[in-house]
Amino acid sequence: MTKTVLAVDDSASLRQMVAFSLRAAGYLVTEAVDGQDGLEKARTQIFDLVLTDQNMPRLDGLALIRALRALSTYQKVPILMLTTESSDEMKLKGKAAGANGWLVKPFDPQRLIEVVKKVIG
Amino acid sequence: MTIDMRQFFQVFFDETEELLAEMEKLLLSINLAAPDEEELNAIFRAAHSIKGGAGTFGITDLTDITHELETLLDLIRKGEMGLTAKHVDAFLEAKDILKMQLDGHRLHTPVNQETVTACRCRLQALAHFAGAQPSQRIANQSTSSSPAGTRRLTIALPSMPPSELESLSLELATLGMLTRSSQLDGKPVLTLDTTSTIDDVAAICMFLVDPKEMLITEDNQHIPGAAETDAGFGFFEPMNVDQLAGSPLLAAHELATEKAREQAQGYGFFAPFTTFVAPEAPAVIHHDAPEVAADMRSAANRREPERATASSESTSIRVSIEKVDQLINLVGELVITQAMLEQRTDKLDPMLHERLLNSVTQLTRNTRDLQEAVMSIRMMPMDYVFSRFPRMVRDLAGKLGKKVEFVTIGAATELDKGLIERIIDPLTHLVRNSIDHGIELPAQRAAAGKNETGRLSLSASHQGGNIVIEVTDDGGGLSRERILGKAVESGLPVSDAMPDAEVWQLIFAPGFTTAEEVTDISGRGVGMDVVKRNIGSLGGSVDIRSAAGFGTTISISLPLTLAILDGMSVRVGEEIYILPLGYVIESLQPEVIDVKGISGQGRVIKVRGEYLPLIALHEIFGITPQHQNPSDGIVVILESDGRKAALFVDDLVGQQQVVVKNLESNYRKVAGISGATILGDGGVSLIVDVSTLIRSSQRLADETLFSS
Repeated sequence: MTKTVLAVDDSASLRQMVAFSLRAAGYLVTEAVDGQDGLEKARTQIFDLVLTDQNMPRLDGLALIRALRALSTYQKVPILMLTTESSDEMKLKGKAAGANGWLVKPFDPQRLIEVVKKVIG
Repeated sequence: MTIDMRQFFQVFFDETEELLAEMEKLLLSINLAAPDEEELNAIFRAAHSIKGGAGTFGITDLTDITHELETLLDLIRKGEMGLTAKHVDAFLEAKDILKMQLDGHRLHTPVNQETVTACRCRLQALAHFAGAQPSQRIANQSTSSSPAGTRRLTIALPSMPPSELESLSLELATLGMLTRSSQLDGKPVLTLDTTSTIDDVAAICMFLVDPKEMLITEDNQHIPGAAETDAGFGFFEPMNVDQLAGSPLLAAHELATEKAREQAQGYGFFAPFTTFVAPEAPAVIHHDAPEVAADMRSAANRREPERATASSESTSIRVSIEKVDQLINLVGELVITQAMLEQRTDKLDPMLHERLLNSVTQLTRNTRDLQEAVMSIRMMPMDYVFSRFPRMVRDLAGKLGKKVEFVTIGAATELDKGLIERIIDPLTHLVRNSIDHGIELPAQRAAAGKNETGRLSLSASHQGGNIVIEVTDDGGGLSRERILGKAVESGLPVSDAMPDAEVWQLIFAPGFTTAEEVTDISGRGVGMDVVKRNIGSLGGSVDIRSAAGFGTTISISLPLTLAILDGMSVRVGEEIYILPLGYVIESLQPEVIDVKGISGQGRVIKVRGEYLPLIALHEIFGITPQHQNPSDGIVVILESDGRKAALFVDDLVGQQQVVVKNLESNYRKVAGISGATILGDGGVSLIVDVSTLIRSSQRLADETLFSS
């Protein structure tokens, strides 16, 4: 079955790049324009993987991860942060919020596909 | 599989442009004394997004400035540095630089690298100029986007006087442990253990040393023990945060391993992914560090944007203007065909052809709706124009030492795209004038008992078939005496008894300026006449209201669109001409006695005690008229630019909306004609250029009247 991915990023260009790359790799990608939008979309469908940006209006990445982990349906869904901040502090925050991993921006599409493959196959 | 990143460039460019505009808007409205946290966050986010996108899409020159911006903004939003006007100036400058770089990529316009470097240095200098704050703390913060921890930098400097070396050493010592390690062929070499980045160090050195002559290198090895201070962070599969905090050395070691791995691949997982099948694993993750999580939740809550802005997911599409124009053109043709059909069926017997006539009526209605809908595609909100001004007003006011509050009203008012683009220049001129000549200096204002801050407003509103745009300032107003004095000097025909409205119109005379000093902003005497001409060419008019001491309002009235016009059709001989209804005041059949010829130079007509020049349309276009005598035909009183004239025609035919066809693009420019249209019967009719007509007649008439 085709795996589904939720890509959350307020930057249209990055979001489209992520979505395009993953679609090209055979995933079914849903885009969300910010954390709030992502949360609403996650409520209506259980995705196989969530990729989220950190800095977003309305609801940032960490808050989204926490909100998702609070949902019974998202206890086991892998969540990766796509972040420009690779500091340990940020990683700690991400882990505490419930993220399963991170990918540092900028990344190229191949790297992204490689990482996503590692997680959900 | 390769993915071509270039396909995302256009989206990135558009997005960046929007972010920059948003950033500028926020910077202009920000309250220096008490900056809104959410606004600061939004500005930070804009810089951050641009940097992220630029990095991803390989447009690396944009990342330099955005990185500096981000660093500074981060300090400010965390409250570690106060926001000052200096910052806002630097940010605005950075925005301009980014726009220039963006245009360089997008439109291949030249990019001035010197200004880029200057801007970057300015931002870096600001980041280091942190007042009484311990610089160690600032330096720590400023590197938050790079791996934390102390690094050893080797700074090779050119030969320099001992005093300069001394002051540089002092500066650098604020960043960390500084040792003067060795001298290579007489040139000093410094070693600095610091948490700052190479860029930060370079920024400091730049004040004393030419960047080309120095070399800063980083020793890759982490300084033993230094990492310990940062430990307590880092989380890898075998341990949780508590453990880490308890065993800093181990953590530091793990951290280093992790760092190396991350450097290599740029990603990491907090737990092996087998855990996704193992049901208990997520629970572990969840309970990792409850206090920290709680801490962060409250921190996030504080910072969490609560903006209710609708999701930015776009519901619009971009279409080239040619397609829209083609559509408008086609609808124009349809309107003509429909008018033809209507005219032909008019003669049919309504009893016999009831159903056909009903259908035609229906078609008429549909056509009108369609036309309106299509025209609305070309409509754009005035905000497109207005949004350019806050920045300009701010810069100008700053330059002139004036305080100006800028207000816009009716930014949502829509206007045809063709018009909106051509209104920018005249409006810019008027706004400049208002700030330069209108609004007084703060001291002058205070002396006059006014608020030190002047008020400049731009407003747009619909009035009938027109849009009225007004530039209003609460400055000193126009000086009647000075304008009249200047007019006499320039040899313009004036008298002291002229009403105010006519006096104000004098400033539209070519080369007219009352400014005592010519500044580089305005007052060069090329201005108001150009404004007036530009507006006139758009079919609009300019009006001035002013009261000494209270300010000036310049009011521009424009037709909503250039493509459709309310016209009055008049007949001369066999020809039908269209007069734009906006110019028509009234029409009347004059008495013989009211028409007077003056010394062979032309005729005037007396209308309600006022003598107006009489223009015979048949004489201008060389047509054989039905009537030679005005009292047998009709005169239409026209007004343009506050001047009136009477146009003698044979007959009035009616009023109708006409679709304007450009004569220049289909034939060539004809004096006295502004365009053409196709009538319901398929015939072509010319639209009279009323303002030119009145202008050319006026000179003649003025001479006639003044000489009599």
